[in-house]
Amino acid sequence: MNRLRTLFLAPAALLMLTTLIVPLGIVAAYSFLSRGAYGGVETPWTQENYTRLFDPLYGAIFLRSAWISFLATAGCLVLGFPLALFIARSGPRKNLYLALVILPFWTSFLIRLYAWMFLLRDTGLINTALAALGLIHAPLPMLYNQGSVILGLIYGYLPFAVLPLYATLERQDPALVDAAADLGATPLRALLRVTIPLSMPGIWAASILVFVPCVGTYIVSDLLGGSKTVLIGNLVQNQFTSSRDWPFGAAASMILIAAAITMLALMRRSREELL
Amino acid sequence: MKRALPLYAACAYLFLHLPLAILAIFSVNASRFTVWEGFSLRWYRAMFADHDLLESAGNSLVIAVAATVLATIVGTLAAYALWKKASAWLAGSLYLSLVTPEIVTGVSLLAFFQWIFRSLHLRLGMHTVILAHVSFSIAYVVLVVMARLRNFDVSLEEAALDLGETEFGAFYRVTLPYLAPAIAAAAMLAFTVSIDDYVITSLVAGVDSRTLPMVIYAMARRGVNPVLNAVSTVVVAGLGALILISERLRRA
Repeated sequence: MNRLRTLFLAPAALLMLTTLIVPLGIVAAYSFLSRGAYGGVETPWTQENYTRLFDPLYGAIFLRSAWISFLATAGCLVLGFPLALFIARSGPRKNLYLALVILPFWTSFLIRLYAWMFLLRDTGLINTALAALGLIHAPLPMLYNQGSVILGLIYGYLPFAVLPLYATLERQDPALVDAAADLGATPLRALLRVTIPLSMPGIWAASILVFVPCVGTYIVSDLLGGSKTVLIGNLVQNQFTSSRDWPFGAAASMILIAAAITMLALMRRSREELL
Repeated sequence: MKRALPLYAACAYLFLHLPLAILAIFSVNASRFTVWEGFSLRWYRAMFADHDLLESAGNSLVIAVAATVLATIVGTLAAYALWKKASAWLAGSLYLSLVTPEIVTGVSLLAFFQWIFRSLHLRLGMHTVILAHVSFSIAYVVLVVMARLRNFDVSLEEAALDLGETEFGAFYRVTLPYLAPAIAAAAMLAFTVSIDDYVITSLVAGVDSRTLPMVIYAMARRGVNPVLNAVSTVVVAGLGALILISERLRRA
């Protein structure tokens, strides 16, 4: 009994240990080392990489990451809640409507971001159409700014918000809204006083599920943000490639790992076990 | 509100799906520019004549097939073992692999490979990409297979044991056939996440292992390119079909 289980568990355990735990451990160790002369790392051990994170230059990157992620999370909640409500109240076609939200999530994030570049750039579809209609004379600068990054994040992570919101809304008894209506509440009042307060667990789960990947994003800001919108993910990538300052890149990675672990801890508390 | 909600939902679905639909429409546009000039398959012909694209697509397929086979086997066995008896630290690591930002997974694997290769005289290449892909796909496989195991009636396995099967025989002849649809769905999901990955792949790939997402990324950074519209349409249609089949199987 136990022998077979051990045998079955071993490959996955070995793989997770060697390709996840050990590499993350290496990053944690590197974050306390010094930059080597030719890239790489050297002793002595130091805390200097973490002190540098508080340098105003890098502080701006962290604040920008947090602010952009906050706006994207708020956007996903505001856009996702009514959609989740629609799906939860749509009866037998629920699964179809839900699949239409999930499907784009699985089809190449990279290509979906490229689709937005196609729409937003100076000679893109929107600018071309507006110019043809005579509404604008010079193209609107819609790409390569914070706005396009936030749009890309909302577009990419909207399914992450809709799924937990749908799960909470679907469990709610529709009789509660009927009761509110019978007692004289308008639909809007029933929404604000009954449906939304009862959905708070889903709203929290959605916020965490959207916020953490937004903080760690790399390709959205790299493709849609141009050079002006550097986020933590871009900082990490840059330190490990062109700047070749691995210890500092490792220290910045630790912040993202801390965010991911916090998310795991919060999810464990708010939801039943999946595994 | 009765009418506002469906109207809003229609707009939300347009927001989610219209960008890709527009890309597909313009992939058969005769013009190089964002002006409709009539139907043409010239960008599809250009795509099939592009050596870089074809070679990277070949690499991507080899990597995705290899990673899918390995991740599906390892993940299915792990799901079965976890179903028999939970293991907090393996479940925790699998979750951690799901929530760690891709850029961090990528740089940590890069640091790891550099560290062990210093003494082993190996280089980054297809093998490192495949290993990285197996690593981040296992969690998806475990989640999908585990979902089906939860509805499995343990007494079926107990009956097989009573009738003289070994532990492994009961797993192989009773549980595994029951899991087959979930395993197929899990494999398709692993294939999708593998063939789609850019961030981790670009960090652990060597000179001989440029994948399709890496070429797509380089093309997208250079700006809009009608050939890329055609490539995107083919990839999205292929992955979309795979995901729909996978969803069907998960509900089977």
